[in-house]
Amino acid sequence: MSSLDPKPKICIAGSQGLFLDAASAQFSEPIQQRVLATANLIAQLPGVREVVPGMNNLLVVYSPVDISIGELTEQIFHAWSHVTVNEHVGREIDVPVIYGGQQGEDLAVIAELAKLDVQTFVRLHSEALYQVACVGAMPGFPYLSGLNPKLATPRRSVPRMRLEEGAIIIGGAQAGIMPCSAPSGWHVIGRTELKLFDQQRESPSFLQPGDRVRFSIAGIES
Amino acid sequence: MIEILSTGALNSVQDLGRKGYLNIGVGQSGAMDRLALSTANIMVGNPTDFAGLELVLFPARLKFITDSRFALTGADSLAHLDGLELPPNWACDGKAGQTLVIQAPRRGARVYVAFAGGIDVPVLMGSRATDLKSGFGGFEGRGLIRGDQLALNLSRTKSTGSCGLASVRELPSLTSETVIRVLPAAQYGDFKDEARERFFSECWQVTQETNRMGMRLSGAQLLLRSPLELLSHGILPGTVQVPPSGQPIIQMAEANTCGGYPKIANVIDADLSLLAQAPVGSKLRFLEIDLTEAIEAQKQQDLELNTLERTLGLTL
Repeated sequence: MSSLDPKPKICIAGSQGLFLDAASAQFSEPIQQRVLATANLIAQLPGVREVVPGMNNLLVVYSPVDISIGELTEQIFHAWSHVTVNEHVGREIDVPVIYGGQQGEDLAVIAELAKLDVQTFVRLHSEALYQVACVGAMPGFPYLSGLNPKLATPRRSVPRMRLEEGAIIIGGAQAGIMPCSAPSGWHVIGRTELKLFDQQRESPSFLQPGDRVRFSIAGIES
Repeated sequence: MIEILSTGALNSVQDLGRKGYLNIGVGQSGAMDRLALSTANIMVGNPTDFAGLELVLFPARLKFITDSRFALTGADSLAHLDGLELPPNWACDGKAGQTLVIQAPRRGARVYVAFAGGIDVPVLMGSRATDLKSGFGGFEGRGLIRGDQLALNLSRTKSTGSCGLASVRELPSLTSETVIRVLPAAQYGDFKDEARERFFSECWQVTQETNRMGMRLSGAQLLLRSPLELLSHGILPGTVQVPPSGQPIIQMAEANTCGGYPKIANVIDADLSLLAQAPVGSKLRFLEIDLTEAIEAQKQQDLELNTLERTLGLTL
């Protein structure tokens, strides 16, 4: 890794969690590749129960009886500095979107916040090539990096109690797609019919970290 | 087999939850009060992780279609088996045709019923727990409704008559303050001094907007020194998030696996069961402890369950 990268921070996340934070002000794809590679190594340690990659960060769930916090911290730092990062390129997947309308009710509002007309906002959203940085929050939910910074919008101050499955959403500098109906603090700008999660499939999550996603315009409703 | 005669749709089949799927966004789920479900299972001779009922809406009525030994734990509720009053934390035999009725709790919020052999629903991603948010697991991926018939696995547990637990847990009520132990979380230092002070010095009320995903609290407004837009990160049950409204949300059993709001604290795992028993309208107070104390508290809780298992194992 480049010597310019700062050493990541580690702090506790409750009585069974350790949190590695390698994030700086903006999301970095090279750092994300290192997060995913580190996660794979750490998952193999005795006493580690689960690894949960986030956006430029990693939550490690462990059993304090089986591995001490000191030992685990050391192992995480060691893995971070020595892991081999493979630049794997995932599949490229097209996601057709109907923008706006009742199921994209925030589109006009956040386009105005971005000082863009709706057409331009939609064009910028659908032009970008996104990468699945990690999957989480809810079953099969892809955190997509690659959102045009002009479209970034802070999350709602009070989360909505329900967004529908298939909602195309923006939260801060991140883009996403709702794999099920659930509460969310993100803004909804459209919808897709694509099914992202099926618990009966051998691999229940349709999108995997490293996959690339492009949104295509299936329609724009007012 | 048992049949549900009356219920609310938030009553569900739960075990101790899923492990190993956080990285595809599938949360732990399982019993909100793991201690109560584990205890109920032990009382009927089951391993602690067998599936039982989690009841949060009352009155709940169920009928035994076949004979089954069962145990009631968790909240302190008035319960009757065909008119015979049962004390809380009680195990006895249900006979085919008998009806079990459980009333709204006097203290606590959630009642657990374990049956010898456990409830037989399909195992999905390693668990029989219902994930209500995602609509899978448990009984048809949903809360229970009238007429549902739940099969029970065969059990070799011998009947030992009726028995109860002598030592009963402290339970939250509307007239008491429940002390919940926490560890400071990653953004603790990013909150204003006043917010950090008031988080510990003031009372927090459990609001109506509380479910298996999260518990929303009302009280002092907790403000950051300056606005913070975080990249999404993994979170666990017990994480106390503070959205910009300044009113904290504690993530519970069906917590999202990732979130983006600043975190002021984490409820220690050993206190999540107690927290799950705090009814809407009751008051919480947070107490800061350190990691060593948190790990010790968990060991203590595990030890108590093991002791109960050994003690009852001698008689069952």
